[in-house]
Amino acid sequence: MTASRDESSTPLLEARGLEVYHGQLRALQDISLRVYPGEVYAIIGANGAGKSTLLRTIAGLHRPATGTVLLDGTDVTRVQPHVRATQGIAMVPEGRRLFGSLTVEENLKVGATYARNGPWTIERVYELFGWMRDRRHQRTAQLSGGEQQSVAIGRALVANPRVLLLDELSLGLAPVVVQRIYGMMPQILATGLTVLLVEQDVSQALRVASRVHCLLEGRTTLEGLPGDLTPERVEAAYFGLGDGPAEAGPAEAGADSGGGDGGQPVPSAGPPEPAAGPGPAASAGGEESEG
Amino acid sequence: MAWVNAIIQGILTGGLYALFACGLSLMFGVMKVVNLAHGDLAVVAGYVAVGVITVTHIPVLWSFVIVVPIMAVFGYVLQRTLIQGALDRGALTTLIVTFGLSVVIENALLQFFTANSRGIGAGLALVRGSFKIGSQIQIGYLLVLIFAVAVVVLLGLQYFLSASKYGRMIRAVADDQEAAQLSGVNYKHVFGIAAAVAFGTVALAGIAYGMYSQLDPTTGTDTILLFAFAAVVIGGLGSLWGTLLGGVVLGVAQQIGAQINISNEVLAGYIVFLAVLVLRPQGLTSRRSQS
Repeated sequence: MTASRDESSTPLLEARGLEVYHGQLRALQDISLRVYPGEVYAIIGANGAGKSTLLRTIAGLHRPATGTVLLDGTDVTRVQPHVRATQGIAMVPEGRRLFGSLTVEENLKVGATYARNGPWTIERVYELFGWMRDRRHQRTAQLSGGEQQSVAIGRALVANPRVLLLDELSLGLAPVVVQRIYGMMPQILATGLTVLLVEQDVSQALRVASRVHCLLEGRTTLEGLPGDLTPERVEAAYFGLGDGPAEAGPAEAGADSGGGDGGQPVPSAGPPEPAAGPGPAASAGGEESEG
Repeated sequence: MAWVNAIIQGILTGGLYALFACGLSLMFGVMKVVNLAHGDLAVVAGYVAVGVITVTHIPVLWSFVIVVPIMAVFGYVLQRTLIQGALDRGALTTLIVTFGLSVVIENALLQFFTANSRGIGAGLALVRGSFKIGSQIQIGYLLVLIFAVAVVVLLGLQYFLSASKYGRMIRAVADDQEAAQLSGVNYKHVFGIAAAVAFGTVALAGIAYGMYSQLDPTTGTDTILLFAFAAVVIGGLGSLWGTLLGGVVLGVAQQIGAQINISNEVLAGYIVFLAVLVLRPQGLTSRRSQS
């Protein structure tokens, strides 16, 4: 793990005091984060914690009411999403969002249309995902979920981003497939990419991340190095148990935009195994109630 | 033989109707805009052609070299300003705005060019001339030319959409605007390109109709727009060759109607149009129902 980060340098990506509303609903409240070059920065949290909203705000799809987003020290808060993409923020959106009537190769070509200079080419994506070359002329609608996710990652990679935003890669995929896709991460990182990912599957996130940021109802409940965090602390932050800042007040918060597909938070195997007591179910379920 | 003649005339007229329809179909397919000013814009193109021919003395058939680019640029500008503005306010607004545009164009034409109808190149041998097959079948050169132009335009559109960089982006944006933005594609610009292409075909439609018949300020709505709608609905949305088929079915129905009784010409076309709407609302060529 690249545990050390040089905090004296400029973060590659920075959010300062983001506050985002969906209509009347406050989805994010005073969120700040700094992602340094080469990091894998994971944002975890239950359904509706505001993770996707945060990523979409960084990509430019939502405009924050207050706060700023900086790319390599430059304020990009008012920059349109397609311009941000060409400046080096690429995103694999939740639910993959491939161009369904286009073939695999056409999807990649669209991704490469306004690409920056860099190591990633369509050819290199075919090398990363061995099956893809043979099926490049198929429409993406004919692919399995895991294959579609790979194409979505490839489409983002060929833009040669500086920061790759990954929104809930594991959503709707079998655990084996999720493992395989996350297994590609070292090869992707080896090209010098920085990754900011959102993941509901906490153990998966902790495995790949060099830094973790936990959201609960639109607020930060925990931030730190995975090695420094005990399962108990992660659990408390994830479900809003115990004494963190999380316990404050009624749920004000958020709905992940784009509608999660019904997933319950699955903190599988790893850290947050609910330790008896009043109940994660209650707290996690409370996410939908708004203030 | 009279019936064979009617069918041949119908097929050839179908080319003209397909020319009316393909721009309408493209605008709807890409940006979900039902352009109610479609026919009026074709009339404007016809008037522009009349003006261009009068001023520059360019050969009638070559007037499209000037008129098509003029309309394409106009289409881009109109899309980026008026139509995009309407789109940003919701899909229904585009109906109201293009309807308003239609009314404005019609009345402006009445104001400046009076209600007199005018034709394009009425004296030309090509426009008047015809050849005979046997004693009963008489085929006008112009209709054959227009049919050929329609086929070439459809082939060109298909090639443009499937093989060019912008065509690919147009399809991508039609599939998923947001995902396209995340790949660095400025969807508003792509919409403008699509509108430019559509308006280019509208220009051809206006010139063709001006040569085939006569243009007056109301032709746009009461003939071109309605026949374009009928052709699109009969053929099936989103399919270019369906548009040609729709035009041909409409043309043949009209000619057969006219063969029975000359006053039935237009009515017969609409009966087929309604029958398709009731029995096969997705159109003749659509494989699956569109969402």
